[in-house]
Amino acid sequence: MSNIPADLKYTRSHEWLKALPEGIVEIGISDHAQESLGDLVFVELPEVGRSLAAGEACAVVESVKAASDIYAPVAATVVAINAQLAEAPELINQDPYGRGWIMRLKPTAQGAPSGLLSAHDYQALAAAG
Amino acid sequence: MSLALREKLIFDYSRPGRGARGQWPPVPAGAAPEGIPAGLERRTRPQLPEVSELDTVRHYTRLSQLNFSIDTHFYPLGSCTMKYNPRACNAAALLPEFAGRHPLAPVTHGQGFLACMYELQEMLKAVTGMRGVALSPLAGAHGEFAGVAMIRAYHRARGDLARDEIIVPQAAHGTNPATATMCGCVAREVAVGADGDVDLEALRAVVGAKTAGIMLTNPSTLGVFERRIEEVARIVHQAGGLLYYDGANLNAILGKVRPGDMGFDAIHMNLHKTFATPHGGGGPGAGAVGVSARLLPFLPVPIVERGAEQPLYRWLGERELPQSIGRLTGFGGNAGVLLRAYVYMRMLGREGMRRVGEYATLNANYLSARLQQVGFEAAYPQRRASHEFILTLKRAEQDYGVTAMDVAKRLLDLGFHAPTTYFPLLISECLLIEPTETESKQTLDAFVAAMAQILREAQEDPEQLHGAPHRLPVRRLDDVRAARELNLIYQEAGG
Repeated sequence: MSNIPADLKYTRSHEWLKALPEGIVEIGISDHAQESLGDLVFVELPEVGRSLAAGEACAVVESVKAASDIYAPVAATVVAINAQLAEAPELINQDPYGRGWIMRLKPTAQGAPSGLLSAHDYQALAAAG
Repeated sequence: MSLALREKLIFDYSRPGRGARGQWPPVPAGAAPEGIPAGLERRTRPQLPEVSELDTVRHYTRLSQLNFSIDTHFYPLGSCTMKYNPRACNAAALLPEFAGRHPLAPVTHGQGFLACMYELQEMLKAVTGMRGVALSPLAGAHGEFAGVAMIRAYHRARGDLARDEIIVPQAAHGTNPATATMCGCVAREVAVGADGDVDLEALRAVVGAKTAGIMLTNPSTLGVFERRIEEVARIVHQAGGLLYYDGANLNAILGKVRPGDMGFDAIHMNLHKTFATPHGGGGPGAGAVGVSARLLPFLPVPIVERGAEQPLYRWLGERELPQSIGRLTGFGGNAGVLLRAYVYMRMLGREGMRRVGEYATLNANYLSARLQQVGFEAAYPQRRASHEFILTLKRAEQDYGVTAMDVAKRLLDLGFHAPTTYFPLLISECLLIEPTETESKQTLDAFVAAMAQILREAQEDPEQLHGAPHRLPVRRLDDVRAARELNLIYQEAGG
C-alpha cells in the first residue's frame, strides 16, 4: 500500500498540497502516482512568476511508460520550483513528499482552497484506481 | 531467427580506401561542384564507412534478419493494425508507368494514374459515407491536422470566431490533443465512464459557445464501440460544434457502419493501416481526409475531378476551391501508398470490405475469450471487443510482481511481437492486443499457448520473466537509464 500522509491535502489528479507559512502551498505528486508512473525520466517545470488558473496544466512528469500533466489545484502564482528535478527526476520516485516536491504556489484567493481531498478520501480513490 | 545473433555496426567493417568504385559518381577528385561558395566547401573528408559492396549487402541483410516483421512474426500491436499486405498491391504500384511518372508531367500523360486516384476518392467516399475526399495528407497526424484545420475554417467562414475548444475523450489517441493544439485550439478532456463509453453528462457540461468540435475514435482506443454515438453527435451539433472521426480503427467497422451515417463531419483514414501498405517504420503513409457537405469547400487541394471531355481527369486547385485550407504537400500525396490502397480496395470489393470488418472483430473476440479462459483478465469483460481489446495485468502484478512489460518481453522470446503496452493510460498494467483480420485461427491459438505458458511462469518462476528476453540478440534494455543519460554518439568497438 502506498504512503498517504495524513497531514496533506490531495487532488483527484493525484497532486498533494502542503500548507507552508505565509499562505504558500507546496505541490508534488503522491506516492501512489509515482508508483503508477514508474521511473521518472523527465520533469518539465513552469517558470517562476507565471500565473495559473485553477485546473491549468502547468508541469509535466514523464516516465518510460507515460507523460502526465500536473494541474494547478488553485488559481495561483508560481513562487518557486524544485530546480533539482531537472537533473534528478528520480527524486520524485525516491521521496515524493520531501525532496521530490515540484513547485510552490501563492494562491490568488485568500482562505483554504476548496474541492480538495483528505488523506482518508484520497486513500479510497487510490485504492479504486 | 537468424544465425547471426549479433551484428557489428557498418563502421566496424570499414577499411581505408575500400569501396565499390564502379558505383562512385563521376566527380573528378578534388573538384567541388560549381556554384558552392568557397567558405562552405568541405575541408575534411566526410566520416563515411569505407566498405565493399558485398560487406554492405551482408550487413544489411543480417540486420533485416534480426528484425521482427509481419513477414516473419505475428504482430498484435494494438491500435497499429499490423496486418498482412498482399504482394499484389505492391506489384501494381511498382509498374514502371506509375513509378516513373513525374509529378509535374502534364495531366494528359498521367490519365491512368489520375483515374486510379479519382476512383480511390470515390471508393473512400462510399465506404465512409462522406461527401468529399482529399488524398494529399501524408500520414494519420497530417490528416488530423487537415480535419481540425477545416473545422476551424468552417467556423471562421461563418464569422463564428470564438470557437477554439476541441473536446477530446480521455480514451483518445495522444495525437488528438496534439492536433488540436497545433491548430491553435485548446484541448478539453471529457471523461469516459466505467463501461468505456463517453460520459454524456460530462460532455453536456463541457460543450458550449466555445466548442469548435470533438475528436473521437469509434471504436475507441479501449477496443469498444461507442454505443451512444448518435447522442454524442446530437449534443455536439446542438452546441454548434462539429465531429471529427479519427480513422485509426477503421478496419473494425469496414463494410458495416459508416462514420458519415453516425453524424461525423470530418474523418481521416490511415490508408497505410486499413488499406494495406507496409508501415511501422516511420513512413511513408497516407492520411486521406473525408468530409460532410458543410466542410466540402474547405478540403485541402489538390483533388482529382472527372469531367465530361478529354482529358477526363484533372487536378482541382485553389482556383476551383478558393475556400480550401490550402496545400499540405507539394504534390498530390504519397502516390505509391495511394496506389497500393487503390489496388487493395479493388481486390476486396464490397464483399471483401465486409469480411475485413467481420474477421477483424471475430479474431479479436476469439482471442480475448481464449485468453480469459487461460486466466488473463480483460479490462472490459462485459463489453464485446471491436477489433482490439485490453488485458490488465494488475492482478498478476499484485500477486506475482510480474508486469505488463515482463509479459511483453517474454513474448519476444517465444516468437511473437509484443502487443502495445501501457496504453491506453486509463488502464493500469495493460496490454492492447489487435490480432487483425489477416491471421488464421492456428496463429491465434499458438499465441494463446505462449501467453498461457507466460502466466504459468509468472506463478512458478517470475525471475524468468523479469530477465526476459533471453533468446534475442539484445537483452532487456535499461530504458530508464537510456532516457536519463541520452547518448547517441558512435564509439568505435572497444574504444
